[in-house]
Amino acid sequence: MNEPLQTSGSLRRRLMLQLVGSAAFLATLLFFVVLGFARDVAQQTHDSILLASATSIMDSVSVQADEITVDIPYAALSMLGNVSNDRVFYRVSTRDDVLTGYENLPTTSQSVRSGHSAFDTLTYKGDSIRMVTSLRRLSLNGAPADIIISVAQTREGQAAQLAQLSRSAMQLGLGFFLVATILAIWAAQSSIRPLKQLTEAVSRRGPKDLRPVQRPVPSEMIPLVSSLNRFIGRLRVSLTRSEDFIAEAAHRVRTPLATVRTQAEITLRRVDRAENRASLREMIRAIDESSRAAGQLLDHAMVTFRIDSLERKAIDLTELGRELVDRLQPIAELKDIDLHFFGSGNPKITGDAILIQNAVRNILDNAIKYSPNESAIQVSTRQNGNTARIQVEDEAGGFVGMDTDALTQRFTRGENAAGTIGSGLGLTIAREVVEAHGGVLIIETSKTGTGACVSLCFPLH
Amino acid sequence: MRISLFSFALILSSVFSAVLTMPTTSRAFEVEENRYFGPKDSDALKILSTTDTDLLAPLIGSFLALNPGVAIDYTSVSSAELMKAVMLEGAEFDLALSSAMDLQVKLANDGYTLAHYSDLIDLVPTWGTWRNHVFAFSQEPASIVISPAAFAGLELPRSRQELISLLRKHPDRFRGRIGTYDVRNSGLGYLFATQDARTSESYWRLMEIMGGLKIRLFCCSGDMIENVARGDIAVAYNVLGSYARARKDLASRITIVEPEDYTNMMLRTAVVLRTAKHPKLAGAFIDHLLRAAWDTPDVPEYPFHRYPISDEAQNAPFRPIQMGPGLLVFLDHLKRKRFLAEWHSTVQQN
Amino acid sequence: MRFLLVEDNISLATAVLDRLRMDGHVIDHAANIAAAEDFSATADYDLILLDIMLPDGDGRAFLRSHRNRLMETPVIVLTARSEVSDRVGMLDLGADDYITKPFDFSELEARCRAVLRRHGGDSSNQKRFGDLVFNPLAGTLSVGDKTITLRNKELRLLEIFLSGPDRIYSKPKLVDRLFSYDEDVSENAIEVYVGRLRKHLSGSGVEITTVRGLGYRMSLA
Repeated sequence: MNEPLQTSGSLRRRLMLQLVGSAAFLATLLFFVVLGFARDVAQQTHDSILLASATSIMDSVSVQADEITVDIPYAALSMLGNVSNDRVFYRVSTRDDVLTGYENLPTTSQSVRSGHSAFDTLTYKGDSIRMVTSLRRLSLNGAPADIIISVAQTREGQAAQLAQLSRSAMQLGLGFFLVATILAIWAAQSSIRPLKQLTEAVSRRGPKDLRPVQRPVPSEMIPLVSSLNRFIGRLRVSLTRSEDFIAEAAHRVRTPLATVRTQAEITLRRVDRAENRASLREMIRAIDESSRAAGQLLDHAMVTFRIDSLERKAIDLTELGRELVDRLQPIAELKDIDLHFFGSGNPKITGDAILIQNAVRNILDNAIKYSPNESAIQVSTRQNGNTARIQVEDEAGGFVGMDTDALTQRFTRGENAAGTIGSGLGLTIAREVVEAHGGVLIIETSKTGTGACVSLCFPLH
Repeated sequence: MRISLFSFALILSSVFSAVLTMPTTSRAFEVEENRYFGPKDSDALKILSTTDTDLLAPLIGSFLALNPGVAIDYTSVSSAELMKAVMLEGAEFDLALSSAMDLQVKLANDGYTLAHYSDLIDLVPTWGTWRNHVFAFSQEPASIVISPAAFAGLELPRSRQELISLLRKHPDRFRGRIGTYDVRNSGLGYLFATQDARTSESYWRLMEIMGGLKIRLFCCSGDMIENVARGDIAVAYNVLGSYARARKDLASRITIVEPEDYTNMMLRTAVVLRTAKHPKLAGAFIDHLLRAAWDTPDVPEYPFHRYPISDEAQNAPFRPIQMGPGLLVFLDHLKRKRFLAEWHSTVQQN
Repeated sequence: MRFLLVEDNISLATAVLDRLRMDGHVIDHAANIAAAEDFSATADYDLILLDIMLPDGDGRAFLRSHRNRLMETPVIVLTARSEVSDRVGMLDLGADDYITKPFDFSELEARCRAVLRRHGGDSSNQKRFGDLVFNPLAGTLSVGDKTITLRNKELRLLEIFLSGPDRIYSKPKLVDRLFSYDEDVSENAIEVYVGRLRKHLSGSGVEITTVRGLGYRMSLA
C-alpha cells in the first residue's frame, strides 16, 4: 500500500515540455522569418540607393559633339556615403569601351535590357559587393549605342546592420520564447489543477469513506472518475462481503464450540470419575485455547487492516481506561483480583479508539489471566510532558530475565504462561497499535518487583 | 610645402586604368626630402607625407620621446607623387599623411589602406574619420589673403559677396592684382574649387569677375602669400590659411580673411598603408597625431591652428570638406575634364 | 433468576438451558426475534441473553425495538464476532454487556451479576437460611445485625452450598466451580475458602461440616 508507484513521467512536465518545445520552435521560426524579412528589406533599401545612384549617373550621360560624356553628380556617390561607410566603385562603359570608373569591376552575368537594371552580389578586390547595372540605349552618330553603368558598394555596413537586426530578431525570439514559456507553465498548471483537486478530495477522505466521487470534473476526466467510482463501489461491496463472511465464519465456528463447551461443563458436573473429569477439563481447555487463538488472530487481522488506514480522532485516554476496567471487572472478580483504575487528568491523544482499546484490553486480559488469585492489578493513566501513558501493573511475577522484544513477536508467551490459555498475540497486537500511533510499548518489572508493568505511551493530541 | 605641378590628369587616368597591369618599372616617384629621426639601428616607421618635415618635426620628436627605441623615416613628397608611389609603385611605407583628402579617400576606397581602431577615435568628430581608415589631424581653411595696403580706404571684405561687390565697384584698382590657384595643376586648388562649385553658385560669379579682371594663377599657397605680402597682388583667393598663419614674418603685410558665408576646411589626413610593416606603430603614431589635434589640453608642438569642433559642419561657417565617396566624383577623369573646361572658359576670358 | 435466551442454534440453546437450570435458574428459550418479542412482552425476566445472528433478522433490530418499548430488562449479547468490530455497536444500541462465544459460565454469571447490580439489584433475590441473610448480588452476608461483604470465591461457594443445603459437595466439583479450567489448583485449595466461610458463618446457626472422604455439607446446626 505504501510502496511507491512507478511513474511514467509527469503529465504536467510533459505538457509543459511540449508547450515550451512548440514555443522554442515558433521562436526559432520567428527569428528566421524576421531575419529573412529584415535581410530582404535591408537588401532592397541598399539596392534602391544603388539604383538611385546609377540612375543619377545615367541622367548625366549625354552626347556632345558626337562623343559620349558623363558628368557624374556629386550626389551620385555621396548618397552612398551617407548610408554607410562602405567603399564605392562605379564604371561607365559602352559595349566596347570603358568610359570612366573602375575598369576591372566585374560585369553582371545577367542580360540587361535598355531602361532596366540588374543587381548582383559579387566579389571585388576580395570583398563582397552589391552591384547594380543599368543600361540605356543612346543614339550616337545615328547608330544605337548602349551605355552601361555599374555602381557597386561593399556590404560591411549591410553586414553590420544585419548583425544588429539579427540581434534584435534574437531578442524578439527570446522574448517571445520567455513569454510563451511563462504561459506554458501557467497553462500546464491550470490544466493539471482539476486532477490535483480530485487527488486532494480523494486523499482527504477518511479511511472508511467509500462514497463515489461526486464533484464536477472536466469531461476528459469523466472516464477516469467513473472507473474510480466503479472501483470504489466494487471495493465497498467486497469489503462488506468479507466483513459479513468473517462474521458468518466466526458465528459458524464459535456457536458449535460454545455448544460443546457448555455440554462439557454440564457433563463435568455430572461425572465423578477422576480420569473422566480430567479429560473433560482438557477438552474445555482446548476449546478455550482454540477460541482465544481464533479471536486473537481475528483481532490481529482486524488491527492490521485498521492500521493501514488509521483513523485519527481525539481520544480521552482516562475515559477509555475506565471503561475498559469496568468491562473487565467481572472477570477479575472471578479470581478475587483487585482491579483498580487511577486516572490522572484527561490526557488526549489522536488515533483509532477501537484499536487502542483493543491493545489495552489485550494487556489487561493477559494480566488477569496470569495473575494469581487475590492479587491486585492497577491500571492508571497520566500525562508526562508530551506523552500520554496508560499503564497496567500486575503481581503476576513479571517477565524477569526475558527478552521483552521477543515477547512482542507473534506467538511468544511469557514463561509463567504454562498452563494458561493464550496465543501470545496480545503483546504483539498492543505493540503494533502503539507504534502505528507513533508511540512506544514499554515492558518493565513493577515497582514492587512482584509483577510486570506494561506501559503504552502515546504522543499527546 | 607645395602642391606639385605634376599633371593630375595623367596620374589619375593611369591610376584608374592600370593599377594591376602597370609595370612597377615606371619612373620612380619624386622625393622632396627625406629625414631620419631616432636611433639609426632600429627598424624605422616609414612615413610618406605631403607635409613639410619641419612642420611635423616637433610632433615626431614628442612621439619618439614617448616611444624610446623607435625611429621614424620621414619622406616628404607632393600629393600626386604620394599617389603614384602607393598606387603605381607599391612603395613600402607604413603611413601616408596627406592634405589631398580626395586622394586619401581614394586610397582607402580602393583598398590600399588598413583599418585602425583605438579609443582616441572617439575624440575625432564624426566628419573627421572615414571607415576607420582615414583620420583627420588638422583643419585648415581655404582663406582669402588680402594686402591691407592695397585695400587702403576700403572696408575689408568678410564674405564672397562683399568681395564681389568690391571688385565690381573698383575694377581698376584690382585688375591684374587678383590671384588664385591654377586648378589645372594644383590638387588642392582643384579640391577647393570643386568644393566651392558644389557649395555655392557665387563661386562661378566670383570666378567670372576675377577672370574679367585678369586673374593671375599660381601653383601654390606660398607663392600667393608672398605675392600679397609684396603688394604684387591685392587679393589671393582660396589660399591655405594654415600657411598664411605660419608666415609670422609677413603678419603685418597680409590679412587673412576666413569668409563668413562659408569657409571650406581642408582636413589633413593620415592612413595606415596596406604595405605597412609596423601597422601597430603606425596606429600609435596616428593616435599621437589625433591626441595633438583633438584632445585637450593643447600641446605646444602641434603646428596647426585648432578650430572649434562642430558636428553640425554644414551650418557653421567652417565647413570641413566631407570625407566619403563623394570626393571620388571629382577624381573622375570625365568629370575633371568637364570641370576644368568650364573653369578655364570662365577664368580665361580673353 | 429468570432468563430469556434468544438463540437460534437449538443444540447450543439446549445446552445453555440445561446448564443454567442446573444452577437453579428459570429460563425460557426463543429461537427467533418474533418469539423473543412475544416472550419478553408477556413475562418478566431478570435478564435477556441475546444472540446476534438470528434467522429473522439481526439481534440489533431486537435491541432497538426492545429499547424503543422502554423495556428495562438488561440485555447481555452473545456474540461470535471479533470484539474489535462489534463492541461499540452493541453498547451503543443499548446492550448492557456482551460476552463472546464460547463462554465460561462463571464469567457469564459474573457478568450477569454485575449487570444486575448496576440495574439496582433486587432484594427479593435475598436468600435466607437459618439466621443468615445472603444477598448474592451485593455479595453481602448478614448474621443478626452484623453484615459483611464476601469475596467473590466465598460468595460463589456460599451460593453453591445454599443451592442444595444438606447436600454433600465433593472437593473436585467445588474446584471446578470456583476456579477456571485453565488454572491447575489442588483440591486442598478449597479448604482455605471453606475455612473462611466457616469463620463468617460462626454464630449464625449454620455450619459447614466435613464429610470425610466425600466432601462438605452445609446444614443448620
